[in-house]
Amino acid sequence: MSQPDNNSGVSLQVRGLHKSFGQQEVLRGIDLDVRPGEIFVIMGPSGSGKSVLLKHLIGLEAPDAGEILINGESIESPEVAAKYRMALVFQSGALLNSLTVGENVGLYLTEHRLKSPEEIDRIVAEKLETVGLTDAVDKMPAELSGGMKKRASIARALVIDPQLILYDEPTSELDPLSAVVIGEEILELKKQIHVTSVVVTHDRDLAFGVADRIAIINEGRILTIGSPDEVKRFNDPLIQKFLHADFKRDPESKPL
Amino acid sequence: MFQNIGEIVLLFWRTLCALPFAWRQRQKVLDQFFEIGNASLLMVCVLSFFIGAVIALQTGPVLVERGLASAVGGIVGISIAKELAPVMMAILIAGRIGSAMAAEIGSMRVYQEIDALRTMNINTIHYLVLPRMLAMAVALPLLVVFSILVGWFGGAVVAASNSHIGVPFQAFFDGLRDIVDLQDVANGVFKSFCFAIIIGAVSCHQGLVTIGGPRGIGRSVTKAVVNSIVLIVIFDYILTRFLLKS
Repeated sequence: MSQPDNNSGVSLQVRGLHKSFGQQEVLRGIDLDVRPGEIFVIMGPSGSGKSVLLKHLIGLEAPDAGEILINGESIESPEVAAKYRMALVFQSGALLNSLTVGENVGLYLTEHRLKSPEEIDRIVAEKLETVGLTDAVDKMPAELSGGMKKRASIARALVIDPQLILYDEPTSELDPLSAVVIGEEILELKKQIHVTSVVVTHDRDLAFGVADRIAIINEGRILTIGSPDEVKRFNDPLIQKFLHADFKRDPESKPL
Repeated sequence: MFQNIGEIVLLFWRTLCALPFAWRQRQKVLDQFFEIGNASLLMVCVLSFFIGAVIALQTGPVLVERGLASAVGGIVGISIAKELAPVMMAILIAGRIGSAMAAEIGSMRVYQEIDALRTMNINTIHYLVLPRMLAMAVALPLLVVFSILVGWFGGAVVAASNSHIGVPFQAFFDGLRDIVDLQDVANGVFKSFCFAIIIGAVSCHQGLVTIGGPRGIGRSVTKAVVNSIVLIVIFDYILTRFLLKS
């Protein structure tokens, strides 16, 4: 098998993925293909199985049936984990609370002893600058806002120099301005390092703003996959309801 | 319950297998060691002094009444060295440090910090469990040695100052030297080493299997302390029986 190009995104294939927790069937036969270097958004309502799918993609959960392939190789094989660099940006950020932001960002390099301490400091400063957190290097995670935590988490993912980066609800709990910043960063990373990105979200603005292709998932099944325009046009009442759900105020009612 | 015991044994085995990586984690071992010592030293001192004092107070008058004043030091000395210091210190450390370990690892589990480590291919045994177990295995025996000395001192102070006992310092320690030898102290320290492994393994395991948010963390802390104490008492009997022949 040919060696992967270390500087480009990887392809991802999911085949017949099933997962149950007790009696609850969360994933019911997921099939999808993510192309190298694209931003692939998985959208769906809460509880539809998006986050569980994402955990399977990075190996945090093992499927009951089905397989996940990266560049055609099963991620169950231990060599694949060493061969491909993958990172997950958690919904909560999942920064280690006992470490400073700088230590969190440099943790992968420190623990695997991949660089000298001086080199790690330089890389950490560079990645924090990329996400606009230069001043936060010595702060503890508890001192950061929700948006800053997410950006620090992205910086931590970037240190791995990933070929595949997964985002779990990257704009949840963020104000609209911070959400736009995160979206721009996802696009910028694609432009700069050609990383393959899988974004799990129910934020319609983010999904249609950054996606090359979108998959809609509901009750553990993929309903459709296509470009943002194709998904918008897809004639399915459930998808149309999900994409156009909005508050409806009675025109008769007047503000107090 | 048997599944838990199996998981704890497995965790201990994996930690043993990780021992060759201990040098790489030396800073974390030192941090944990400092945490255990710093958090416990004063408490160990107070507890040990009064354990020695109360044993002298309970046994002293009875022995003196029967003309066995020379045995007061020996009785206090051997009961502290072989039994009370290792068991009481282990229970104290289970409550103070074991609970903190379970809470810290448990909250890391609940707030996905452990998942984050796994996505970075950082081994949680090497990163979280090994430093804590190692620090505990070194710190608890040292605390027990300290506890034995303070306990003997507490016993001697009460034996000398209480009018119902009236055994002077010198006579107390002469009696102690007659009965207690180095082997007895070594037995107590060996016991505490075993208890340290139990506390470390039970607490780390309980933290790692935490589920369900803040309430789950609370449940894990309680289980870590209670299970540690139950196992300490059971293993105390087994170890005492095993060491009795010597």
